[in-house]
Amino acid sequence: MLNSFADLVTYKLLGLLKGSPLGEAVHFFIYDTIKIFLLLTVIIFVVSYLRSYITPEKTRKVLSGRFGFLGNILAALFGIVTPFCSCSAVPLFIGFVEAGVPLGVTFSYLVSAPMVNEVALVMLLGMFGVKVALIYVASGLVIAIISGIIIGKLKLEHWVEDYVYQIKMGEQAATSHGMTFAQRVEFAKFATKDILKKVWPYVVVAITIGGFMHGYVPTDFFIKYAGKGQFWAVPFAVLLGIPLYSNAAGVIPIVKVLFEKGVALGTVLAFMMSVTALSLPEMIILRKVLKPKLLATFVSIVGFGILLTGYLFNAIF
Amino acid sequence: MEIKILGMGCVNCEKLERMVFNALAELNIDACVQKVQDIPEIMKYGVMSTPGLVINEKVVLSGRVPSKAELEKILLEHVNR
Repeated sequence: MLNSFADLVTYKLLGLLKGSPLGEAVHFFIYDTIKIFLLLTVIIFVVSYLRSYITPEKTRKVLSGRFGFLGNILAALFGIVTPFCSCSAVPLFIGFVEAGVPLGVTFSYLVSAPMVNEVALVMLLGMFGVKVALIYVASGLVIAIISGIIIGKLKLEHWVEDYVYQIKMGEQAATSHGMTFAQRVEFAKFATKDILKKVWPYVVVAITIGGFMHGYVPTDFFIKYAGKGQFWAVPFAVLLGIPLYSNAAGVIPIVKVLFEKGVALGTVLAFMMSVTALSLPEMIILRKVLKPKLLATFVSIVGFGILLTGYLFNAIF
Repeated sequence: MEIKILGMGCVNCEKLERMVFNALAELNIDACVQKVQDIPEIMKYGVMSTPGLVINEKVVLSGRVPSKAELEKILLEHVNR
């Protein structure tokens, strides 16, 4: 139905020629814009509704004193649904440490929360389908679990800034208890509007660029430079992704076209993950609680995990 | 009434602050509003996700920006006490 609507507008109303570069570009733009915004609205609403139940305060309670593998798995899973704005990273980190959540478990959470992100998930679902979206979630979880385990094993507690251990947290908060159904719906509606307001310009710009590339860039251009055989493409994609943080929503329409034009799937995934998990602003914020050595270890382990995923998927698909 | 806004200066915290000032003006409520950016101070309230809203030393909201109506309701509830 969406497709026939895009057909109608592009070829009938605008009178563009089917198969012409401009026609293809405009069709891509109309179809993808509508599809992505529909998906964003529905999925962000559902995730936000769930978020009204799972607060960081509750997560902390569940994770406190949870050692070993199970703790890392739980932390990574919680990371998907809990609200995460990078400015909350510091109070969250301190809260976890103070509650006796082991450092490795805390890191599993810190990796998974920004990495498996609902906006990125929607974009992947809409543009690549269920299979790729699931692969994205699964590899994000695996990276979060394994990096947490490694950091736990390395016993790096002394690389956390000392003042963190001196903070005593008050026993308050937990204000989302007892929200009524109507309040939760209201909360989800508000969050959806809020996120959409923030991401829409990126999405539109990216789809426009994507549409342009879809129509005009020759197919073998990227195969030549970033196809399966190009070994350096994965690390390059990771480095490129780090400064692009705020555009997580915006890069994916471009990424889709790159993929269509022959960039390997692993390279594309590595790019996305580095955009969402290794962001400069978040590192600056985390520096407040982590000494430089621990921050560097964190970045290296996560970066290495992303590289590995990239190569692995390039080898399989 | 004493109001504290907990947050380290991100977009949402600033938004909440603006909303509080607007709501107070609109409802004609007299209050002392303070911004708390110091991490140990924020943690004292047991808040792990910012922005947080504290009225008369009690945390009434954390981790989200409320709607205008909800914020006004919260303020009115506390002004009556």
